[in-house]
Formats: sequence, structure tokens, C-alpha cells
Amino acid sequence: MNSTFQSVVDTFDVFLAAVRDTLVMSIVSLVIAGVIGLALGLALYATRPGNLLGSRTAYTILNVVVNLVRPIPFVIFLAAIAPLSRVVVQTTIGVPAVTFAISLAASFAVSRIVEQNLLAVDPGVVEAARASGAHPLSILLTVLIPEGLGPLILGYTFIYIGIVDMTAQGALVGGGGLGEYAITYGSQRYDWWIVYVSVAAIVVIVQLGQFIGNRLARATLRR
Amino acid sequence: MTALVELRGVSKHYRRADTGETVVAVEDVSLDVHRGEVLGVIGYSGAGKSTLVRLVNALELPSSGSVTVGGQELTAIPERDRRLARRKIGMIFQQFNLFRSRTIAGNVAYPLKVAGVPKEERDRRVAELLDFVGLLDRAHAYPEQLSGGQKQRVGIARALASNPELLLADEATSALDPETTSEVLALLRRVNRELGVTIIVITHEMDAVRQIADRVAVMENGRVVEVGDVYDLFSSPATGAARRFVRTALHDRPSPETLVRLRERHPGRLVTVQITDEAGLQNRIDQAFRTAGVTAELVYGGVGEIRERRIGSLTYEVAAPDGSSAPVDQAIAALRAAGVTTDEEARA
Repeated sequence: MNSTFQSVVDTFDVFLAAVRDTLVMSIVSLVIAGVIGLALGLALYATRPGNLLGSRTAYTILNVVVNLVRPIPFVIFLAAIAPLSRVVVQTTIGVPAVTFAISLAASFAVSRIVEQNLLAVDPGVVEAARASGAHPLSILLTVLIPEGLGPLILGYTFIYIGIVDMTAQGALVGGGGLGEYAITYGSQRYDWWIVYVSVAAIVVIVQLGQFIGNRLARATLRR
Repeated sequence: MTALVELRGVSKHYRRADTGETVVAVEDVSLDVHRGEVLGVIGYSGAGKSTLVRLVNALELPSSGSVTVGGQELTAIPERDRRLARRKIGMIFQQFNLFRSRTIAGNVAYPLKVAGVPKEERDRRVAELLDFVGLLDRAHAYPEQLSGGQKQRVGIARALASNPELLLADEATSALDPETTSEVLALLRRVNRELGVTIIVITHEMDAVRQIADRVAVMENGRVVEVGDVYDLFSSPATGAARRFVRTALHDRPSPETLVRLRERHPGRLVTVQITDEAGLQNRIDQAFRTAGVTAELVYGGVGEIRERRIGSLTYEVAAPDGSSAPVDQAIAALRAAGVTTDEEARA
């Protein structure tokens, strides 16, 4: 064991930058994927045959697209969308490229979470809103989202943790963040203290996210 | 009376997604709902009542036929106009369907927001409505904090928010206990009387119809098999379905089990006469028995009222002093001749 805590102290500025990068990548991706995924999830829910804007064709197309992207392992997805990444964020490496890839991949995951939680909303309230003469789009935004908000927040929390996981895999393309720190400064140099400190930092980041998510959900559900 | 709702040859068929077979929910229904009345629509589950009521506010569109509300043919206008038409038709539900994410006041305000009513007017109207249903003090509570009866009162306030001329009640009291049911029905009656709102009450409970309806439509297998004034339907139901429902709400006729017990104690012939609100009825019954020279012992029955008119039935054990049969036949004939609806209970 040639590792000591001294190596963590020596690389502390790198560690801090890594924490910052992880937070930036996960929060920015969560926001972007949250918005895109919400829209996609609403579309999946609404076009489901028999629902507000039921259309077998539209639903089938959306469903197939989401199912095509979802099973791709993120490390492969990251490599595969490099050409697109070059067009959109003008680079295929570093924090911007990783954030772009996560935002895209997580959107599809979020869309399923949104769809599932909206399907769990009592169809009776949708009927009550329709009977009031409300427009389907207005029902989606002012009835379905508020009615499903508690479970939606928990779903987003779940996705957030998956996103933190993806940021670590960003190390593959020099993504920065705790994943890269743990690999290049830690495991590749057999410096286990660095690895453990990275693990601890990731655990804290995830716990914090879970804590905030639980709090928000409880406030929304009033229990 | 003018018709507020006109259904003409309305049918609704579904294709089941799993088996592909066609299900008939509503079949060739033509029905008028008069302005200002309370129409009860009664039927067993699966009779098509809930589909019928959803055809009235065009939440469902018929496979054929036309639906006209307030002179506007809902089946002939674009969905955009149907949405506007729905704002003039309130609806309440068996499971209340309140928005859990909104307060009581927020629930009642929803249709007003949909209609684009400015905030100030909305607040005033919400207070007015909550006062009408007696829940002004619960304005800031959430639905889960209310009892079932209170939830339905919120449902009624929400349905009335945009001043509809028609209110649809879909099994609105089926999830409530009898006492709460009566309270909610009394409130609906007030909505009808004081606000002049026409109401269609969908139910499988004849007691609810008895308490609130002016007219009744009986549904069976997607069809309306009988329509009429509630008193007439109770006093002279024409179809088997109507008779079965009337029997569930009137307990003045002996059931087959009761009849077996009655026979053990009363060996004579059992004759049931129907009590209506005709003047001098009692006199005619007494006269018929007296003229035939029979004794009549009252063994079962009851008299109540529907829409403030007398209704009921009385079962007598009728016997001649000498035990012969002819005077009893004579008494039954005399009752019928006097215009009294009379049935002899068949021997088991």
C-alpha cells in the first residue's frame, strides 16, 4: 500500500474542479433532459390511443424512437453521437460534449418516467377537466402535471442519480468530473485514497439530490 | 315545455380492443329532456346510462344519431365549439373527480379559469358557490380533508361555476351512505328549484329517483324502454325492468318470502289493491267489500308519497262468512269495476 491521504491533499484543487464539473454536468443535463423529456413524455401520454390526443400512428412512432435509443449503453451512446455533438456543441470531448450526450440520453429515460406517472393520474380528473370545456393542451399542463407532480419529482430524483452515474462514464472522453479524477489520479496510479474520496463525494452528491427530491415530493403530496 | 336536450336515434357502438367484437352501449335512443326538469335515468350497470350521459355533453360522440343541447346540434359542430358548449353543461361524478392538487376554492375556480373569467370576479363567484353548498369555511382545505358528502358538494359547486343551464349527475350518490345521499339529493333539488338548472340524474338506485326526479327514463341493454312521469312510473310501471326497479324502492308489496309467511297465518285469499291519489279511493274499497258481503282483514302494505302525491298498496285477507269462494270473486270484480287496480296473490 503506497497510497496515503497526502495524495488527496496534493490534488485538492483538481478534486474541487472535479466536484464542480460533476455538479455542472449533472444539473445542466437534468434541466435540459427534464424539459425535453417532459415534452416527450406528455406527447407519449397524450397520443396513447384513447387518451386526450389519441393517435395510433403518432404514438407508435414516438414509442419506437424511444425504445430504439433507450437500450443503448451510455458509454457507446457517448461515442456514437460524437458527430452530432460536434455540430451542436462544437466539440466531442470535455464537459460540453458529455453534458450534451447526457441531456440527450436522459431525455428518453425521463419521457418514460413522465409517461408512467401521468398514466397513474386518475382518469376521472381528466374527464372532469374535459367536461369543463378545457382544451387538451391546457389539461396536460394545468391538470395532469400538477396532479402527478409528487411522483414526477420522485421520478426526476431517480433520473438525477442515473445522470450522476453517466457523468462518471464521461471520463471516457475526458469529461472531467469525479469519474475522471478517480480513474486518472486514482485507479490508474493505484492511489486508492483518491478513489475512495471520489466515491465519498459521489455518495454525498447523490444523497443530497435524494434528500431534496424527497422533501419536494413530500411538500407536494402533503404527507 | 320546450326541450333543452334532444336525442334523436342515438346509438353508440364500441369495438373492443382485445377481441375486436362490437359492443353496443347505447342503441337507438330518442329522448327529450325538458327545460327546468329533473330527469332520472335508471338502469342496471352496463345498461348504457353512463355512456348516454357522456353523449349529452359530447365527451363521447355517437356512432349514429344526433344530440342537440340548447338548440345547438353538438354532433354537427367542430370540437372547438363543442368545448365552448361544454362550459354550459356541468357534470358531477360518482368518485367526485376533484383535483387533489388544488384546494376546494381552486377546484371550484377551475372551470372559471378555463372560461377566462378575471381573477376578481372568479374569487367572488367561488365564494358565492361555496356559500351555496355550505362549504365556505373549507375554502382552503384540500379534497382529502373532506368527507364524501362534502366532496360531492364541492363537485356540485365546481359544476355550477360557469352558470350552466344543464347539470349531468353520473351516479353522484352511489358512493355515499343513505343519509349523505339524501343531503346531496336535497342540494340537487335546490339547484333545480332555486337556480332553475335542468338536471339529468343517472342512477341505479330507485330511491334516488323517487326523491328527486320529475320524470324517469328506464334503460335496459342500451335502450330506453320506458319514459314517464315519476308518479305514473311508480304507480303503473309498464315494463318488467320498470317493475323491478319500482319494487326496490317501494316495500309495500309482499315479497314471495313474506307471502309464504303471511299464508301460514292467513288461510283466506290474499288480495292486493293499489293506492293512488284518487279522491274517495278508501270509500270505494270499503264499498266493494261491503256489497260483496265479505270480511277484509288488512295484513300487509304501506302508503307513502311521491312528488307529494299519495302512493302505496294494501294487502287484505278476504273471506266470505260461509267460507265460499263466490263472494270473494264478486268483491275482486267490484273493486276492479270501481277502478281500483287489484291483484290476487297467487297461491304458492
